[in-house]
Amino acid sequence: MTGRRLASGGLIDRKAPLRLRFDGRPYGGFAGDTIASALLANGVRIVGRSFKYHRPRGVWGAWVDDPNAMMTVRLNGREMPNVPAATTPLEDGMDVRAVNAWPSAKYDVKGGLDLFHRWLGAGFYYKTFIWPDWHLFEPAIRKMAGLGHVSDAVYDDYVSDQVNAACDVLVIGGGPAGLIAARTAAERGEAVTLVDDHPDVGGSALQEVAIAGADPAKWVTAQKAAFVAAGGQVLVGTTAYGVYDHQLVGLIQQFGFGAAPRRWRMRARRIVLATGALDRPVTCANNDVPGVMSLQGAADFVTRYGVLVGQRMAVVANNAAAERAVAVLDGAGGRIRRVDPAKGAVTVHGRRGVAGISQKGTRRYADTVLMSGGLTPLVHLWRHAGGKLDWCPDRQAYLPGKSPVDMVAVGAANGTFDLEQALEEGQTAGAGRSVTRGPTDYHLTPLWPKPGSAGRQWIDFQHDVTLKDVEMAARENYVSVEHLKRYTTLGMAADQGKTANMAGLAAMASVQGVSIPEVGTTTFRPPFVPIPIEAFHGQHAKTQWAPVKRLPLEDLHRAADAALCEYGGWLRPGWYGQGDQTALIAQEAVMARTHVGVFDGSSLGKIAVMGPDAKAFLNFVYYNTITTLKPGHLRYGFMLTEGGVVYDDGVVACLSPESYIVSCSSSHTDGVLRHLEAWRQDGNDPDRIFVHDTTQAWATVTVTGPKAREVVAALGVACDLDKAAFAHMTLRETTWQGDALRIARVSFTGDVSFEISVTASKAAALWEAVIAAARDHGGGAIGLEAVSILRAEKGYIMVGKDTDGETMPHDLGFWAPRQKKTTAFVGDRSLRSENANRTSRKMLVGLRVQDGAAALATGAHVVLPGGEVSLGYVTFSYDSPTLGHPIALALVDNGANRHGEGVEAWHMGSRQSVTICAPCFYDAEGEKLHA
Amino acid sequence: MQVFTCPFCGPRNETEFHFVAEAGKVRPDTTQPISDAEWATYLHTQRNEKGPVREVWMHTTCAELFVMQRDSVTMAVLGTQALRKDGS
Ligand SMILES: [Zn+2]
Repeated sequence: MTGRRLASGGLIDRKAPLRLRFDGRPYGGFAGDTIASALLANGVRIVGRSFKYHRPRGVWGAWVDDPNAMMTVRLNGREMPNVPAATTPLEDGMDVRAVNAWPSAKYDVKGGLDLFHRWLGAGFYYKTFIWPDWHLFEPAIRKMAGLGHVSDAVYDDYVSDQVNAACDVLVIGGGPAGLIAARTAAERGEAVTLVDDHPDVGGSALQEVAIAGADPAKWVTAQKAAFVAAGGQVLVGTTAYGVYDHQLVGLIQQFGFGAAPRRWRMRARRIVLATGALDRPVTCANNDVPGVMSLQGAADFVTRYGVLVGQRMAVVANNAAAERAVAVLDGAGGRIRRVDPAKGAVTVHGRRGVAGISQKGTRRYADTVLMSGGLTPLVHLWRHAGGKLDWCPDRQAYLPGKSPVDMVAVGAANGTFDLEQALEEGQTAGAGRSVTRGPTDYHLTPLWPKPGSAGRQWIDFQHDVTLKDVEMAARENYVSVEHLKRYTTLGMAADQGKTANMAGLAAMASVQGVSIPEVGTTTFRPPFVPIPIEAFHGQHAKTQWAPVKRLPLEDLHRAADAALCEYGGWLRPGWYGQGDQTALIAQEAVMARTHVGVFDGSSLGKIAVMGPDAKAFLNFVYYNTITTLKPGHLRYGFMLTEGGVVYDDGVVACLSPESYIVSCSSSHTDGVLRHLEAWRQDGNDPDRIFVHDTTQAWATVTVTGPKAREVVAALGVACDLDKAAFAHMTLRETTWQGDALRIARVSFTGDVSFEISVTASKAAALWEAVIAAARDHGGGAIGLEAVSILRAEKGYIMVGKDTDGETMPHDLGFWAPRQKKTTAFVGDRSLRSENANRTSRKMLVGLRVQDGAAALATGAHVVLPGGEVSLGYVTFSYDSPTLGHPIALALVDNGANRHGEGVEAWHMGSRQSVTICAPCFYDAEGEKLHA
Repeated sequence: MQVFTCPFCGPRNETEFHFVAEAGKVRPDTTQPISDAEWATYLHTQRNEKGPVREVWMHTTCAELFVMQRDSVTMAVLGTQALRKDGS
């Protein structure tokens, strides 16, 4: 037995016993314990195995600084990996296992790795297993080296709340300085939130004898009560894990084991940082043996949990702050032997637990070694916010320097370790004034790693980095701290080097013979403590993350047994009916070609562009000439980027000289709208042009096929549908059942087509009428899959599928505007560049397979016969049900000038002979289109 | 997460905004001859200054463009004005 529970003291409830199991053995604890304090109270020493060497490890610290006690915990059928034992409140029935040990922390079969430590230095795995291929070894090494296992179980109710909040003042840390700051600010009438990661506020107050003449516990209670009375909000069990732009602070609030934490995005007008300081380990031989602990941590275990961590304790401390902690331990009945590290190097003895300590050849018995190498202010959040750090030679620590906007550090976080001064700083900061650090009584004898000294001396406990690793990194010229970190992985474990970084920097400084500030620090990045990824998305996932846009006719499609699929952000019918998908799609395509097909085109963009300058504006944003477009007429065209690349294709309808409808791709409407708005407002008079998205206001039902005219006629609209009166690419505005109706004769299939648009509220009536008429003519509804085949047969492109980030309009065969249009348009100059004039551009072509051959794979490369170099690739391929043979579209180098050439399609190592042809397989003369 | 102030809607999270361009960039008159270099400068060259910058942004929820002065080092927003009154 080493650690034991004291008869009194601490914040635990001795009337509320709890049970836990650790590595299969039963133990007891109390409400108010953490897993770590309960284990220590039971005399448990070995709580895990180290990451790389599988050395036995014990608890080091009492809170977030503990690098060693990482557990897999099961409770109520729920398992969580990598649970930090020092910060996790104990709950009844917890089944706790050390993460990196099998079968248990005490008897670890991989413990033998430690015998090979000589060969396992920094970069060992990379250096050794790089030949012949690191990836051959990686799975086995990962299995051996990792921390924790992720359970296969999925917890559907593990969903984090997300809270957006704001306050005038956010005080981070509820110790004496933070409490005073929060109270002062609240009593000034400011909206103040005080956060503390412990179950209650108080911080280091518990270790004091008296505060402002009062009992510390009573003082804390009084401050908190006054703060709350003044309207303050207290969030306990809540960690400020990161500070982001414009005073946004990330908070994570815990609700006990297995419950998803709540994430707060707190926007604070100003921030008071009262995060305190951590004790540093002393780097000496065998300083990782279980029983070597933080002195401040040991005092915390007494005052918070009523646990004395050892019976015969050697204290190795170099600083004035040690006295308070020693007094606490002394008061709890610990037998203490002081070892002055200034008198010579110390060595810890023992393997599975501390068995003694020696200095200058004299060995003395101790079951516990408590170390205090000096206090390190917790400045992580200060650095997140962009605050500067100054090196303080007196304190041998980095202290907050030039402050970031509206952030003030107070108390130990500011290097102010004296209680009176800390309280004064808290009061000043709470009142909104800047804090000037006073002279300090705190002093210490510098005590840093000494390179070249004997024994294995741990720098990073969690990632198993020793002083020798740092020396080796320096020898191999990884001297920049950022390189040192990545090469040795120092400070890169889940604890982010809270105990390791300063020792690592000091060691590197010493090896190089420079001062610590000359070495510099690595970047402090959020999160300050590990946070489940879950907390960052909460409900904002899956369909809540990217909600689909929905059609007004969705219910009717569902009733008609549509397979609803997502197309460019819209939920649209892919095909209708049950059964073989390919067969159903083919039937729909053939039906549309032979009789009539009806599809829901409501998702197509319908952006109204109006105003006296609307025509000139559209002429500028379109590649095609719009100035010649007359009312009642449609024009197919492209919008380009200024780089000349095709951004969107669509149809412009002219309703009147000052009113147009831009019909863009379904998936591009938002982007096109932004594109139009940007040009409208930047370079044009926005009072003479108006852009308005009416996509959701109109529903569009498209009728296509040889019987399309008969179907539309059956609706009884007041409109002459005769082909002479209503030509291809014209538009009629009329009424139907008393409501506005637009009929556009435009085709995306190559057959005669009518796009009929009504206000969305009339969509169902129109759809039902059209479907009924189509049935009378041997047709019916078709889904997007069939439409996609029909358009490809005709060679109509889909931007982004049959084009890529380099495709210009002339690559698609649209040459005229580039040669003839004289007015300026977006992208014009880029179309006259050397790049645009290359003959080796990828151009749209069709590909014909040999008789009886199968359809090509979409994405297959086009190569010369026997060739290895890709000339382009297949953008769409299908076994055309209309034509009875496969078709394909492709982008091929200089393709427009290679029609008739035999090439090969290469896919996954196999080749297939194909012939390049024009990108149109259906009605090349346009007789059906204009019928 | 930064907070930008739309001149029309007030302060909003940066996720509602879309960067458009550095302010003051003028599109060359493409009906006149323009050298490749001049066009390439227009397309690709950004000042990308360290410190105070002037940029055009769009508030996507109201679709209005505005000019924002901000500090590219400290991320401080120094001011926002509607584009149409700016004259640039
Ligand atoms: Zn706005």
